[in-house]
Amino acid sequence: MESQNHFDVIVIGGGAAGLTAGIYLSRAKMKTLILNEGAIGGQMVLTHEIANYPGVESINGYELARNMKSQAQKFGCIIKSNLKITELDLNNEIKKVIVNNKDTFTAHSVIIATGGRSRTIGAIGENEFKGKGISYCATCDGDFFQDKEIIVVGGGNSALEEAVSLTKYASKVTIVHQFDHFQALQHYVEEAKAHPKIDFIMESKIIEFIGSEKLEKVKIQNQKSGDIIEMKIDGVFIFIGYVPNTERLEGIVDLNEWKEIIVDKNMATNIPGVFAAGDSIAKRYRQVTTAVADGTIAALSAAEYVNNLKKELILT
Amino acid sequence: MLRTNLTHVLSEAEHSKLLQENENVMICCGRMGPMCIPVYETMEELENEYKHVKFADMEFDIQDARVIRNLPECRTFQGLPFVVYYKNGKVVKATSSIQSREQITEILDQHFGKQ
Repeated sequence: MESQNHFDVIVIGGGAAGLTAGIYLSRAKMKTLILNEGAIGGQMVLTHEIANYPGVESINGYELARNMKSQAQKFGCIIKSNLKITELDLNNEIKKVIVNNKDTFTAHSVIIATGGRSRTIGAIGENEFKGKGISYCATCDGDFFQDKEIIVVGGGNSALEEAVSLTKYASKVTIVHQFDHFQALQHYVEEAKAHPKIDFIMESKIIEFIGSEKLEKVKIQNQKSGDIIEMKIDGVFIFIGYVPNTERLEGIVDLNEWKEIIVDKNMATNIPGVFAAGDSIAKRYRQVTTAVADGTIAALSAAEYVNNLKKELILT
Repeated sequence: MLRTNLTHVLSEAEHSKLLQENENVMICCGRMGPMCIPVYETMEELENEYKHVKFADMEFDIQDARVIRNLPECRTFQGLPFVVYYKNGKVVKATSSIQSREQITEILDQHFGKQ
């Protein structure tokens, strides 16, 4: 099968896992297409500084993503961004992907690397006050809250690390967390607890954001007693983890109870020729380095699958 | 200067000139940060699709960016980037913080029409 829109492998997603797969596959002379729904780089570009990528002392997430993209393109990988996938047919030997401009792409193998996105609280008013008091990025918006009182929502590493970093600007930081303990590493917890500007409201959730033109106060509900308090606040920073971008895959590939893609050690899904990698798969640790490793394994597995398929075609 | 392939607005004078010479203008005022970069990238891609719109960026921290920072439409904004849409020199829409391609194209279609 030879056509302009037919590929050996289609990679869905252009984050660290997808771009790594693109680099490996193209370098192995596989005709490879990366289809990406958002901007290239995925969660990586949301990281201001990456200081634990081996061999690179410190790099901005955007720069690393750009380097990976140009490396993949140098090897011949085709990258199409900002496309919405409207239809996926993965069960046949030739896989089919249709995008919103009606273009249809086919391939022998597909790697799903759709990544994840920041989890939102889902409380009343959250969308309305995004950028007007509610933020998901401390390094971007921290300086709008100089000498103001803010809340940080979450109990993981990001929440506690960013709470401490936001004390550079804010006069007071209150951490609101739904459980009675933190999931963050102990040194982040100790640093936050020792900080004179940081207070804690545990076992509680924000249930409503209130204001007129910008955020002015929040309603916080205690998860044990059900009691609701109103708190005047200038800003809220939300760091409550990520959700996998797998909505479109439900009923197509096997997902676990958290909607993460189930893969084996070769990054193979339940469908022959369909592999998955990165933040959308079921795994414990989500780092750029682990996404890169997943992308490598998925690419090597997909390449082997395609080569075997081509050999079979020649023999028959 | 921002590291994008968009037209860079470097001064108040350039801002005025851009609005005088173009009927439909979208300016993204931000930094090279995680909430801004996806918006620049979307704008770079939309340049080919919306040829009747002039896409530009402006560095948030330069003094002359007050032409955007001080707009009444942006006075409640507390999230980067500040994105302002102008028609015939007048602000028709302004947004704060990251926006998706769908959100941006909806605004472009509504205020400037499809090509």
